[in-house]
Amino acid sequence: MGTYFHSVTLDESRCRGCTNCIKRCPTEAIRVRKSKARIINERCIDCGECIRVCPYHAKQAISDPFNLIYSFKYRVAVPAPSLYGQFKNAASRNHILTALKGMGFHRVYEVAKAAEIVSDATRKLIQEEWVNKPLISSACPAVVRLIQVRFPSLIDNIVKLESPMEVAAKIVRKEVMDSLKLSSEDIGVFFITPCAAKVTSVKAPYEKENSNVDGVLSIKDIYLKILNSLGKIKNAEDLEQAGFEGIRWANSGGESLALGTEKFLAVDGIHNVITILDEIENDRIEDVDFIEALACNGGCLGGPLTVENLYVAKTRLKKYIDQAKDKDLPQKEIDKYDDLVWTGNVEYKPVMKLDKDMVKAMKKLETLELIHKELPGLDCGACGAPSCRALAEDIVRENANETDCIFKLREKVRDLAIQMMELEKKMPPVLDKESEPTKGGIEDEC
Amino acid sequence: MGLSDGTIKMSFTILPDDLTAAGEASSSMKKMLNQLGVSPQLVKKAAIAMYEAEINAVIHGGGGIADIIIDGQKIEILIRDEGPGIPDLELAMQEGYSTASDEIREMGFGAGMGLPNMKRYSDELIIHSEVGKGTSVKIIVNFY
Repeated sequence: MGTYFHSVTLDESRCRGCTNCIKRCPTEAIRVRKSKARIINERCIDCGECIRVCPYHAKQAISDPFNLIYSFKYRVAVPAPSLYGQFKNAASRNHILTALKGMGFHRVYEVAKAAEIVSDATRKLIQEEWVNKPLISSACPAVVRLIQVRFPSLIDNIVKLESPMEVAAKIVRKEVMDSLKLSSEDIGVFFITPCAAKVTSVKAPYEKENSNVDGVLSIKDIYLKILNSLGKIKNAEDLEQAGFEGIRWANSGGESLALGTEKFLAVDGIHNVITILDEIENDRIEDVDFIEALACNGGCLGGPLTVENLYVAKTRLKKYIDQAKDKDLPQKEIDKYDDLVWTGNVEYKPVMKLDKDMVKAMKKLETLELIHKELPGLDCGACGAPSCRALAEDIVRENANETDCIFKLREKVRDLAIQMMELEKKMPPVLDKESEPTKGGIEDEC
Repeated sequence: MGLSDGTIKMSFTILPDDLTAAGEASSSMKKMLNQLGVSPQLVKKAAIAMYEAEINAVIHGGGGIADIIIDGQKIEILIRDEGPGIPDLELAMQEGYSTASDEIREMGFGAGMGLPNMKRYSDELIIHSEVGKGTSVKIIVNFY
């Protein structure tokens, strides 16, 4: 199945082997072994839920170090719209963008601008007769990967258009190449990300061979630097290009509102997303053309690599949305959506399958259910698996033993103790003092 | 669960009047079929058909029992209730025909698509119903 890249990783020195993360993982991708959480690579969708719940901050997202930007002659920052919600004292979006640029970039291009282009393309796509409705947004890569692993029948409903991040990187790269006569290798495009899922999108894209983005910097990592330079700005450069519809993508529902249809459903938070995808799979969602599903609560503003509290950030973002409304920036229209269509495709990842051979899979499933019945059903997590059924699954996959269950172990110990007590009563004849040895015969042989 | 005959049998209880719990059996079934590696489109078919039958048992049947039998070729879903039964099966099979209460409809159920959907998404549908005794629905989805 090839190699997997994951942005979400574990800092072993911090992990205490508690059960917080295994319980929250939407794809049951974590097990605790030898007091450390282990991520099952092929199942992880990089949603970042474990980063959020880990009380010891042992789960981390790998992003690129800031110094990577200096390996490029010409450096471009493409910030996610969620960046705007992070700063308390910024007078305008231009101030934030100027501060960002001042960190060492030659140019800044807003992903929010590209989001408007993607919105326009989606508006056109939705009109097509042949699309499978409801269309499901591909804006959140964690949700796309969730569908690959858990809801394969919905793969055909995914909006297979490039993400605003990719579109932004492509546009700005071309602009710089044309205007400055630079070769592509000299230009470093850096995405400023609110989440781990986007890092994985750049390092291991599912929709094409290579990403247009050269590196990913997390908002958390560069926050202080931007904050510092924000205070020093006297005259902010005019860098704003995106209108309010693009900025609004940072909120849950923002992408949908730009589509000009009321037949949309916006859901956020990975566990809520699962409920809705289940409903779609059961054919329970009616009169909806478009599903916006985002893994983080509140959408990208609630990303695990953001700094500010989601609700505070929301209020701040509203300010910039209103400012953009007043400014009336020109909307970028496109003729056709074709240029944005994915060159690759997402495939079903049957990682839940128990065996390649259906007959063997049947046997394993039978055994699994039998074992499951015998387990206590407390889903305590002490065995290192998220639930009793998951332990049963691990056992048939030969990754665990029944005695990993502490209740099963206790039962076994108890049975053993009883057996020992019974055995203790039985003495070998030579030591048996209670019954007198019969005289004669035996002595001669000694 | 039979160990020797190469089939998997599971039984679920469908609680009466609990629409929030309805769908749990079909969810478990979906998980099992995914673990067997059944193709996604077939899993979806079976899930929709079973979900509709489950909902019917909740709304009309006062709860019941869902049994599933999986062998290497197909899945059989058997849902039984001891509800009022269906007086006119032909009428009930028509799209849009429903005897659900307004209350149920307000919750987004009872649109009269239950039985038609079951028919559409199953390869074989057998319904036995007796007024005053109950209804049993057998749904078969073939894997090949």
